[in-house]
Amino acid sequence: MSIKEKEQEIISEFEMFEDWLDKYNYIIELGKSVPEINPEYKEKQYLIKGCQSQVWLHAKMENGKVFFTADSDALITKGIVSLLIRVLSGQKPDDIINAELDFIEKIGLKEHLSPTRSNGLVNMIKQIKLYALAFKSKQ
Amino acid sequence: MSFNVNLVRKEFPVLDQKINKNDLVYFDNAATTQKPKSVINRINDYYSFENSNIHRGAHYLSQKATEAYEAARVKTQKFLNAKHSHEIVFTRGTTDAINLVASSFSKKYLKKNDEVIISSMEHHSNIVPWQIACEDTGAKLMVVPMNNNGELIIEEYQKIISEKTKIVAITHVSNSLGTINPVKEIIRIAHKNDIPVLIDGAQSAPHLKIDVQDIDCDFFCMSAHKMYGPMGTGVLYGKEEWLEKIPPYQGGGEMIKEVSFDKTTYNELPYKFEAGTPNVAGVLGFEAAINFIDQTGIENIANHENMLLDYAIKELKNFSNIKFIGLAKDRASLVSFVFDNIHPYDVGTILDKLGIALRTGHHCAQPVMDFFNIPGTVRASFSVYNTIDEIDVFINALHKTREMLA
Ligand SMILES: Cc1ncc(COP(=O)(O)O)c(C=O)c1O
Repeated sequence: MSIKEKEQEIISEFEMFEDWLDKYNYIIELGKSVPEINPEYKEKQYLIKGCQSQVWLHAKMENGKVFFTADSDALITKGIVSLLIRVLSGQKPDDIINAELDFIEKIGLKEHLSPTRSNGLVNMIKQIKLYALAFKSKQ
Repeated sequence: MSFNVNLVRKEFPVLDQKINKNDLVYFDNAATTQKPKSVINRINDYYSFENSNIHRGAHYLSQKATEAYEAARVKTQKFLNAKHSHEIVFTRGTTDAINLVASSFSKKYLKKNDEVIISSMEHHSNIVPWQIACEDTGAKLMVVPMNNNGELIIEEYQKIISEKTKIVAITHVSNSLGTINPVKEIIRIAHKNDIPVLIDGAQSAPHLKIDVQDIDCDFFCMSAHKMYGPMGTGVLYGKEEWLEKIPPYQGGGEMIKEVSFDKTTYNELPYKFEAGTPNVAGVLGFEAAINFIDQTGIENIANHENMLLDYAIKELKNFSNIKFIGLAKDRASLVSFVFDNIHPYDVGTILDKLGIALRTGHHCAQPVMDFFNIPGTVRASFSVYNTIDEIDVFINALHKTREMLA
């Protein structure tokens, strides 16, 4: 599936929720069920610090596609991280670099990407794109 | 004077709104308080009918604005019980006031190997300006430690202070722990060694009766926006002697007597420290805020807030796995806590959805979080317009939040 298709899939899933409670319960569930990042990647060099919560991000390239794993110390951040990974992991570097990721806004989670939240997510997206750029230039 | 919280609430238009279909519960008062109508109207009136630059024109409006501005200075002097009105310098806020002192004082009085004492519970605004001053001069920053309850260890302070110490800068009330520090004693010890003391009053001025002559501090800083006044306005109180001795901070209009390209003579106090057109509307709004505090009565405010704090702590104690951050005997109206295994960010996010506005995170006091080895806390801070009912709503919301995150 392309990035756009995956975004659309998530938007459809979120349309089923009646209110914010359902939505956040789902995000919290996602946060709990994300496969753990390999502990060796929960190190400083993979850490993206926010003031409020922080994110660990690891990337590798296989067969022309970039694969990400990530984690966060806060559950809600982790749930949103898992959505970002679902959309972006396994895609080609160029597609990742050009992704607009407006699904976040469409599912009503834009507030979590505001710089004032400082939860690590904004910098995580930047970092994801930097990884993609780096892998692209190595190709 | 009798105190009726329902009447007080009516003065604050912002409180009457819904967030996510819930009544707003505003418990982020340590970050900034809401503004009563009298403050909003004062600013509105100034710009509607009185706006003019001060100290400059001889025309009617300019004179009226100047008189109003100087009357606000006298009001502030009385509020702090300062000896002279020229000991009141208007600034942009506490941060600006501390930077003024750190910069001007260090230019004249700090040199290599001197020492500046702060405490381990300072807001970044009372750390970074001193770090900059130390970097510029080669002086050293010394830190008074605290105990696990979040109280400064005075014996350690006495050990740190020496003939190398040139200034002590300590917060009156901690914004992350709520601790009220024994500033009078801290100042007495410093003065025995002829060392001046700056008190960061950002969190004390809204809650306690401040008498700068009684506590005998050399500098006192506060922010109007944390005491029902507008943002962008604050106060530096300085003893005449010290304000005379330290050099000006910024150059520009208003702070000079005569300017030629060879030499400039500086204006007298307090204008020496008020370069450029000041925030006149802000200062007049602040005056209205002081009137609000005076009319409500600072004792009534303090009693009401203490009652709310005691009730909140009693209710919070019923939660399992709660850990209070800051258990000082002397506390002002805020409570900071964490739950085992629940991140403060998650708590804050869900509470926000439930209409509860409070602060999660490190509260600009990262060294405090490092000391307790936590990423941040959930902080509820109370003000004169908050109610017991709101605390009940908050506690219920916390139960719900915990269920969701469990
Ligand atoms: C203890 C303390 N000092 C200083 C400040 C800074 O105040 P301002 O941002 O108004 O300059 C604050 C504000 O949060 C504070 O709580």
